[in-house]
Amino acid sequence: MSAPSTASSAVSKAVVYLVLVVCALPVLFPLYYAFVGGIMTPGDLASYPPNLVPTAIDLGNYSSAMETIPLARQYLNSAIQTGIVTVCQLASSVLAAYAFAFLRMWAKTAMFGLFMVTLMVPWEAIILPNYLLISDLGLTKGPLTYLGLTLPFLAHAFGTFLLRQSFLQFPLEVRDAAVMDGCGHLRFLWRILLPLSKPAIAAVGVYVFMTTWNQYFWPLILGNDDQYKTLQIGVSMLNDAESSSPTLILAGVTLALLPTLALVVFGQRFIIRGLTSGAVK
Amino acid sequence: MRARTIRRRGPTGEHRLSLLFLAPSLIIFTIFVFYPLGRTFYLSTMGTDIIGRANKFVGLDNFAAMFGDPGFFKALGTTALFVLFTVVPGVVGGLAVVLLLESRIRGQRMFRTVFALPFAFSVATASVIFALIYNPAVGMANGVLSHLGVDRIGWLTEPDLALISISITTVWMTLGYNVLVLSAGVGAIPVEVVEAARLDGATGWRLHGRITVPMLSPQLFFLIVISTIHALQSFGQIHILTKGGPDGATSTLVYWIYEKAFSYGSSDFGTASAAAIVLLVVVLVCTGIQFGVLERRVHYR
Repeated sequence: MSAPSTASSAVSKAVVYLVLVVCALPVLFPLYYAFVGGIMTPGDLASYPPNLVPTAIDLGNYSSAMETIPLARQYLNSAIQTGIVTVCQLASSVLAAYAFAFLRMWAKTAMFGLFMVTLMVPWEAIILPNYLLISDLGLTKGPLTYLGLTLPFLAHAFGTFLLRQSFLQFPLEVRDAAVMDGCGHLRFLWRILLPLSKPAIAAVGVYVFMTTWNQYFWPLILGNDDQYKTLQIGVSMLNDAESSSPTLILAGVTLALLPTLALVVFGQRFIIRGLTSGAVK
Repeated sequence: MRARTIRRRGPTGEHRLSLLFLAPSLIIFTIFVFYPLGRTFYLSTMGTDIIGRANKFVGLDNFAAMFGDPGFFKALGTTALFVLFTVVPGVVGGLAVVLLLESRIRGQRMFRTVFALPFAFSVATASVIFALIYNPAVGMANGVLSHLGVDRIGWLTEPDLALISISITTVWMTLGYNVLVLSAGVGAIPVEVVEAARLDGATGWRLHGRITVPMLSPQLFFLIVISTIHALQSFGQIHILTKGGPDGATSTLVYWIYEKAFSYGSSDFGTASAAAIVLLVVVLVCTGIQFGVLERRVHYR
């Protein structure tokens, strides 16, 4: 209870702060570089060694970046892709988790195992046949690209498992009482269970949002039309197209970064819950 | 009305309803996981034409071609090195940060958020930023070194250095996740355990060595397995930073698969599928180890 306030503990505390700050600098630097570099004048970063602090502020980088690559359109594409995947994956996960947690089911253990198996298969190992399938269906052209981008991810066992875990903690008496009062499964699910499971839903939602928004391999091989590429691909195209204008690239990076950065800063507790559910019981 | 239907549902009705609820997931899994899984094995036994269509059965020829390709073994070696260079520093670094944060200091939350920030970066945004940092002409890495009087370094063009540079980027990206997982683990350590150890006179690093780190062993183990699996699957940072170069020095297994299937002039889905099976087996072995150990841990309780 009583912290020893000796001189040595004060010194060791100072050392801890110092070490933490020294560690934090390289962690923060790329973020600083993106935000500050994106508003620097091209000359500031093109000189060698480059300036760390802007001598003047130049917001023109943002408009130049958007002129080089249709970033605004790709923002929309990413938003559509992420929106569809997040909503549909939440819906399919909620239904499956409800069945696993509350309903009698034929061969429940086997079904559960089947869901488990899907988690073990690395996406990169099945990406080729998926690509062949999606391109055979013609879902790599025009607006159909949205379907190609999203279809394989409309369901995922991760969300099902996390939500099932949460549903299993729901007091059975409350559910039985609701059913006794004539509440059907869907109504119970929608009116009672979901409102009470908001933290778990948010955890899954944030996780799905981040992983989808940040996808790279799948959108890369899928898109052949710039108008239907996602923001992540756009940013890497910007890097290839304008490798001699760092300020312009960094402006594009900052744009792509904002949504997930906001989630990490303001939604950290949901992220912790979602990401650590496998590690912490 | 609805209430009565529900009440009338016997066990059979509930079975049917549960199948209905599972249907969306099962349909997606069948089309986009199980069917492609089978097709990977099928493709690995097929030759492909110029645009990657399977056209004839070739038995194990694709595997022979793969194992006969020195580039494949080089990619396996690169993958192993990449795992080593990212998993060890990532987990050790994450642990060090979390233990430092546990020193009952002020601003703990703020520091934790700072260290978690890289988690917001996608592989594309992080890699593009590091591409600029490593840029030999205008990059910050050489800029800082020049202040120390060190000559320019080709971070991504030196064959011996490129993989390390990519690993640094990867560790930077994953550190935040490791910190979040380990912080949650520290939070789950029962207060009584820590207090009892303190009463016994354990403080500072001795407390960490005797109590915190052993209590974190499940999380550490989880992180080692998960980071290994993630490292095995890494693609974006290699594609953006080096395209597998210089001279194949950073071409990992996944990148090798990508090149076989998608790089210019090559649509060799057969050999690529054979390599995908190797990837599948390696990842499954890692997952198997994880489940095996976790299972035992549950039994100990």
